Amino acid sequence: MFPVLKNNSVLQTSGAEITWRPTCNIADLRLRAQLLAATRAFFASRSVLEVETPVLAPATGTDPQLAFFETHYQFGKEQQTLFLQTSPEFAMKRLLAAGSGSIFQICKAFRNGEAGRFHNAEFTLLEWYRIGFDLSQLMEEVAQLFGCWFATYQPLRPTQKNTYSEVFKRYTGLDALCFDFEAYSTYALAQNLTDAVRICGHEHSLWLDFLFSLQVQPHLGSNHLEMVYAYPACQASLARLNQQDSRIAERVELFMHGIELGNGFFELNDADEQEQRFENEQALRRQKKLPSVAKDLKFLAALQSGLPDCAGIAIGLDRVLMLLSGNESIEHVLSFSRYRV
Amino acid sequence: MAIYSTNEFKAGLKIMLDNDPCAIIENEFVKPGKGQAFNRVKIRNLKTGRVIERTFKSGESLEGADVADVEMQYLYNDGEYRHFMVPETYEQYQIDDKTVGDVRIWLKEQDICIVTLWNDAPLAVTPPNFVVLTITETDPGVRGDTSGGGGKPAKLESGAVVRVPLFVQTGEIIKVDTRTGEYVSRFKE
Repeated sequence: MFPVLKNNSVLQTSGAEITWRPTCNIADLRLRAQLLAATRAFFASRSVLEVETPVLAPATGTDPQLAFFETHYQFGKEQQTLFLQTSPEFAMKRLLAAGSGSIFQICKAFRNGEAGRFHNAEFTLLEWYRIGFDLSQLMEEVAQLFGCWFATYQPLRPTQKNTYSEVFKRYTGLDALCFDFEAYSTYALAQNLTDAVRICGHEHSLWLDFLFSLQVQPHLGSNHLEMVYAYPACQASLARLNQQDSRIAERVELFMHGIELGNGFFELNDADEQEQRFENEQALRRQKKLPSVAKDLKFLAALQSGLPDCAGIAIGLDRVLMLLSGNESIEHVLSFSRYRV
Repeated sequence: MAIYSTNEFKAGLKIMLDNDPCAIIENEFVKPGKGQAFNRVKIRNLKTGRVIERTFKSGESLEGADVADVEMQYLYNDGEYRHFMVPETYEQYQIDDKTVGDVRIWLKEQDICIVTLWNDAPLAVTPPNFVVLTITETDPGVRGDTSGGGGKPAKLESGAVVRVPLFVQTGEIIKVDTRTGEYVSRFKE
């Protein structure tokens, strides 16, 4: 089946045969198609509307941890910088504010400089928003969707739900909500994490990223879906703070086999607070000498006009496929990973 | 020397860490969806041979190490140093026992080894995967035994002691896998 390349063939470069074949096998292409069909059927049965929003937009998120792709639109004298979306969140919230009702989208998202076993710079997101849902209702729906996805392949043990503080305490013995440099650094040294103090310094959020990624996450969700909710407020992202306890945010993350699969919020809909968070992130960007990003004014205007109370979540479908198919690396479920495109 | 960023940490890359030359074994990108990205890196210290796990913020960088693997012929042992020679250039290197380390028991004169040089100074010696050595001492085997079964210890000309089948006798030449220290076969010239 392999093409025979002659020495003078244009396909021959520097003596090596060009690898044109997909990174996944044909069975995994079918699995992806089944997953997409099952997902669409799931939301159709719940009257959640499928939508599409632009992948190219003049504004992007300010999150200093996300690097974006920048492109240049040109039409005659008209020039514009457009960004490939890191997520469809802002556009979808503008639809919600315009009265779309509950919506879902399956789309490509792009994150520059992300590469690894579980990362590909271009990946597929499933993102949905439920009007009138709080975080616990959304978590229930997520559990049902996973049940539907995995039912025919590998029955899952019951979903577990724990707060961030619970799992952080269980695996590190530390208090996630109250930063104690002495306790954190003593723990890190005892665990032979010699780089922790150098990397994290006195930044609570960085310590949480470091310890959670290395010491907590690998234990989460062995053969079941594990939801971690009630994130520390310094990791709120676009979630609302808890009304009773402002130390925690209404944010949830999903894990299976130690792999992060999704991130959801009871959505922040206070335009002023959202603008403040943008400005904090812009300041962080300046401090870290990262490219500056303008606030998405259309998104803020939509919040100002009124985003209905809603909960939303984004799930990395490539990673779900990886687990469904038992693959060890995300590239094996992509038609063409970045190295083969 | 070149500077390498975490995204260039490929297996085999030689870098300087805590003033020691090291080789990258494995590099895993770890990133929370919302949060700082890290690289979890397995590194071998080329001086001590120890493997350690370190973490870097993605984008951090380290200086490259001038480390090269060179094929050299083992010449002789003068009691203090082992002498090696690059066959193409006849350039000679003397290496002390501490640097040669545990692999000294596999060194046989004239064998081609890999000598790892750091700034042109020997750092480590890797013997060939298979060496052919003469048995200098082993208990006489039991008559009629062919192969299989327990085996017995045999001392080799280089000083190594390996387990050999009962039928193998003193004075015989055998082939040994230096990576596992296991007997492979009798050697017929």
